[in-house]
Amino acid sequence: MTEPIKIWIIIFFLGIGTYLIRFSFLGLVGDRQLPKWFIQHLNFVGVAVMPGLIIPFLVWPDATGGTLDAPRLLAAIAAFCFGIWKRSALWSVIAGISVLYLTMFILN
Amino acid sequence: MKFSPTSKKSAFWLGYRDNIPFWLIVAPFGLLFGVVATEAGFSIFQTMIMTAFVVAGSSQFTALTLLQDDAPTFIILATSLAVNLRMAMYSAALVPHLGRAPLGIRALFAYFLVDQSYATSINIYTNNPKMTLSQKCRYFMGSFACLLPVWLISTLIGALLGTKIPPEYALDFAMPICFIALSAPMMRSLPHFIAALVSMIGTLVFISAPYSSGLIIAAFLAMIAGVQTENWQKRRLKND
Repeated sequence: MTEPIKIWIIIFFLGIGTYLIRFSFLGLVGDRQLPKWFIQHLNFVGVAVMPGLIIPFLVWPDATGGTLDAPRLLAAIAAFCFGIWKRSALWSVIAGISVLYLTMFILN
Repeated sequence: MKFSPTSKKSAFWLGYRDNIPFWLIVAPFGLLFGVVATEAGFSIFQTMIMTAFVVAGSSQFTALTLLQDDAPTFIILATSLAVNLRMAMYSAALVPHLGRAPLGIRALFAYFLVDQSYATSINIYTNNPKMTLSQKCRYFMGSFACLLPVWLISTLIGALLGTKIPPEYALDFAMPICFIALSAPMMRSLPHFIAALVSMIGTLVFISAPYSSGLIIAAFLAMIAGVQTENWQKRRLKND
């Protein structure tokens, strides 16, 4: 169990930091141009962080004691494929959850 | 979407209306965040303060994930804030449209800057070059007025339900699905695929890096890989 002070510190600084990121250009930089290479790298932040964040959950899920698990793997693949195909987060969630429950139901 | 240059009141409602479809995405994510946060040991009060103060679902999920991994505070903050860096891009992109609004209004809008309100606003600003500053501001307000209450209420419902959901429902996997759903539609090109691949391989390779820093290392490598692939593609196009 995490101690409450750590939770509060994270809430506080994540809130302040996120606000400053949002305020950055709109509030301070004004009309000045950003370096091109910087914007080019920013474009990849989402795909650089999120896949890495989830891969340990896929390979070693806590709920199964850390072994690869067919329903979770198939659900992830379904969510990924539908997300790309439909270009929509909603379809991705629906596909992932449906496959997860369906395969869990069939295998158990 | 065409826009009448005279109306003021309707700009707000247009912004509101254009964002109604996103209820379908915001509500489940809010619900999920409420559930996962309480499962991770957050009180309902902490969950709600976080959701109202940060208003950035994916970084909130990131922080929760790393908290459960027992990562150090500094790493949790650095990684979660990295997830929000894309908003710096949004902020920069809105400057030509909202940059001349008074500082107080811009400071307020900074709090309102989320993926959906950015995407709908920039779309209507670009398609209606004659929109006045005041209409642009009202549209932006409308987009957020549409989404914030749904985000807050759905989080609260999730937090109230949270601990009552039994483990058979595999809620441990709600968060990974959520991140897949957020990142899959971003895979628009080969460079994005390469970046995602490097991110996954890198995280697994650096899994035992000190202070849970593996993800940040992997993310940096992934961004570089994505940009380099993009540059390589451009060079190849030029040479053809």
